[in-house]
Amino acid sequence: MPNADLIPLLPEEELARRTRRAESPHPELWSILDGVMDPEIPVITLYELGVLQDVYLDDDGVHLVMTPTYIGCPAMGVMEEDARAALAAAGYTTVTVEMRLAPAWTTAWLTPESRRKMAEYGVAAPSGENIQCPQCRSEAVVIISEFGSTACKALYRCQSCSEPFDLFKAI
Amino acid sequence: MSDNAHIAKYVLRLADDALVLGHRLSEWTSRAPFLEEDLALTNVALDFVGRARMYYQYAAELTGGGATEDTFAYTRDAREFSNLLLCELPRGDFAFSVVRQFLYDAFALPFLRELKGSSDQRLAGIAAKAEKESTYHLRRGKEWVLRLGDGTTESHQRMRQALDELWGYTHELFEVDALEEALIAEGIAVDPRTIRDEWQQTVTSVLIQATLPVPESSWSVQGGRTGYHTESLGYLLAELQFMQRAYPGLRW
Ligand SMILES: [Zn+2]
Repeated sequence: MPNADLIPLLPEEELARRTRRAESPHPELWSILDGVMDPEIPVITLYELGVLQDVYLDDDGVHLVMTPTYIGCPAMGVMEEDARAALAAAGYTTVTVEMRLAPAWTTAWLTPESRRKMAEYGVAAPSGENIQCPQCRSEAVVIISEFGSTACKALYRCQSCSEPFDLFKAI
Repeated sequence: MSDNAHIAKYVLRLADDALVLGHRLSEWTSRAPFLEEDLALTNVALDFVGRARMYYQYAAELTGGGATEDTFAYTRDAREFSNLLLCELPRGDFAFSVVRQFLYDAFALPFLRELKGSSDQRLAGIAAKAEKESTYHLRRGKEWVLRLGDGTTESHQRMRQALDELWGYTHELFEVDALEEALIAEGIAVDPRTIRDEWQQTVTSVLIQATLPVPESSWSVQGGRTGYHTESLGYLLAELQFMQRAYPGLRW
């Protein structure tokens, strides 16, 4: 029997999101938003994070559909402002933002590329059972707290290099 | 009452639970036993306040007539709040807050799992999101109950006392009135009676592991859903609502 863990399956809703982008009649809108980073992990774009769900243009202007990582995430306001500012700088000033809760955000949407960028930035990315220290790659780590600097992260310490680090929690 | 008004009333109950408990949790900010715990409690508080906002926004849309999340949170009096009494009790010592949170999260997790299946798509969406967060909350809560229950003589004693003080407020979690009966029949509301066994089992197994006796006291208090609150809610609202009451419409 094939080991399901070895075959990275893309969740259906994530496939739908990528298809929306690939088939968008306004690829330039997506490109503009590629300049907007997560304020907490500024190497990951809103699109890579999965927060940017859709963007399209109609007679009422630009419609931006976002989903929060965590319901109470205080960074959502900043993300919305940054996205509006990026669109405004490109001449799109009439922007309606819709917060969509379903499908609920999950770390399963993160690409291997995003996970790599996160680790390089110093935040361990969720990857099933094994948690790796982003500094020295050791897997000898212990949890300090279920909540780190923000709700989406947990605080760990590496027993090999003694460095504390944030883990982007798998949800 | 129209259908929307019924649903709005139900949604407000869920919103009030989340706001009031979130506020109690937020009172620990800068006062928790150590820094990591301070961050954790603040983050959990944010999860609850975020949840409250989602529910209030939905209730406002159902209500119309200028209602907003803020008018619900800042301009209603204690009698108009419909949160469970368990959520409003003062934060007490750390053991009290740990036990309250554990008893509530052990209820919230199965409740949200059921609400995910609600025929009301908006509620189902909020529940799907909140369920993931509650999984973390409950896991954290269990660890604290074990650590303090099976800890020092003093921590054990404080946990027992908190349990005794809180137990009588847990029955209200499973009360259902005519409004909820009607919404349960429509597949909108969760029937909390169906998750009582699961709650009991979660709570009992953790308490036993934590060497804490399951309270046998038979007293029970209720009234939160119909606006009969303990005096502590008034004090909580005084702090929460002061700015909007003193300077109506004030913006930061
Ligand atoms: Zn290391």
